[in-house]
Amino acid sequence: MSLSPTMTALRDIAAAARRASLVRMLGWQDVRQRYRRSALGPFWLTISMGVMIGTIGVVFGQIFKTPMREFLPFLAAGMILWSFISSVVMEGCSGFIAAESIIKQLPIPLFVHIMRMVWRNILILLHNIVILPLVFLAVGRSIGPEALLVVPGFLLALLNLTWIALLLGVLCARYRDLPQIVGSALQVVFYLTPIMWMPEHLPQRAGMYLLDLNPVYHMLAVVRSPLLSQMPTALDWYVSVGMAVFGWIAAILLYGRYKRRIAYWL
Amino acid sequence: MAYIEFNNVSVDFPIYNASGRSLKKRLMSVATGGQLGQDPQGRIVVRALEGLTLSFKDGDRVGLLGHNGAGKSTLLRLLSGVYEPSAGTAKVEGIVGSLLDISLGIDHEATGRENIFIRGGLLGMTRGEIAAQLEDIIAFSELGDFVDMPVRTYSTGMHLRLAFAVSTVVRPEILLMDEWLSVGDESFKHKAEARMSDVVQSTNILILASHSRDLIMHTCNRVIWLEHGKVRMDGDVSTVIPAYFGS
Repeated sequence: MSLSPTMTALRDIAAAARRASLVRMLGWQDVRQRYRRSALGPFWLTISMGVMIGTIGVVFGQIFKTPMREFLPFLAAGMILWSFISSVVMEGCSGFIAAESIIKQLPIPLFVHIMRMVWRNILILLHNIVILPLVFLAVGRSIGPEALLVVPGFLLALLNLTWIALLLGVLCARYRDLPQIVGSALQVVFYLTPIMWMPEHLPQRAGMYLLDLNPVYHMLAVVRSPLLSQMPTALDWYVSVGMAVFGWIAAILLYGRYKRRIAYWL
Repeated sequence: MAYIEFNNVSVDFPIYNASGRSLKKRLMSVATGGQLGQDPQGRIVVRALEGLTLSFKDGDRVGLLGHNGAGKSTLLRLLSGVYEPSAGTAKVEGIVGSLLDISLGIDHEATGRENIFIRGGLLGMTRGEIAAQLEDIIAFSELGDFVDMPVRTYSTGMHLRLAFAVSTVVRPEILLMDEWLSVGDESFKHKAEARMSDVVQSTNILILASHSRDLIMHTCNRVIWLEHGKVRMDGDVSTVIPAYFGS
């Protein structure tokens, strides 16, 4: 009770980490529950994602006059990762709200609910990622040794997304208008970030603002570039690491301060 | 060794969507429920518990009495660690288990077997611990082959037997209950009764909220009577029961 807020937050996160098997089980159950009794299950997501990538690829590839060999892998990697990023952020908003019944009955570390949500989305991402090798095969592109960097890149992105989800989870439990705002903001970010369009399509000057100043671009780049046989730039790494460090500090301070209030807000 | 110590504990619920003083005035006049007031920022708060100073030690079998809205459930949630006091300090030492809502977390589309793992995990058991007890739980619930069917195909009784069988596997040091659990038909009732007595006996501290005079007289050795979030009376069964129920 007399613990400092930082300790409260760190203790809760450590306690949640010890309940990893519960997290895995609940996350897996969420995915199964959503697709129970459907023959293809979560692969429906894969199919709709594949169709969308194919359609956008053909149309925008023509508009931008970019060869499919360049554009389609870029688009596929970007769309798959973006759907992961946006659902973690969006579901982060309802992370605590959705777990209301459990939070009000059982004293389970609250961070478990955030981890469960992240895990659920990783599982969905693993279903979607199947598209990527198919696209690479279709356009006849191979994967370079840079692809190994996808591992640290993804872990870094995960670290960043988790603090965002935790922060938003706390704020949205208190201010219920916030999820709507976050939803609109995500839409804007989607168009501002090179996902459907490539950085090369931009004129030089605009590119500086839209790319270098856009933290989401850097977070995406550390995962996407290695997949496309490119090295992420030093700036990508700096921004991502910096975001993770300062983001986690902010999230832990906020979480520690208000964790005890969350049950009351629900 | 388990103990609980409350020192001047209060619980306030902020009500964010109750606006205006008219609502407050209207609510002020109702007889049931906690007390309404305003916090320093002018928000409306429901004071569910106020200035509780209590201590429980090993061997306590506490009955909680009080009308609806007297603060019994809030007190149970406070003890379980779901709520932290808005003011004062609460110290709870020992593993707390609650049998408040035994169906919580049960997924109707999942099979009985999967639900045993989910429910057990929520109660703090590891996969290995659940797996070790799995056959016992299935045997106790008498579900037979139904254990591999989705729970939505169960009757209400079967559903409750499953929830009961899993939930009573854990042996907490501090046990919280809202009314006695009684499930199933005649034959199952006896088994359930025996299991419940076993759980209650092995716990160090029992806190049981109830409206039943007989239940409290049978089970408890101490009774706390809550009224409007405050302790109206705290003593042994023979003094509080006649005062509350009238003799």
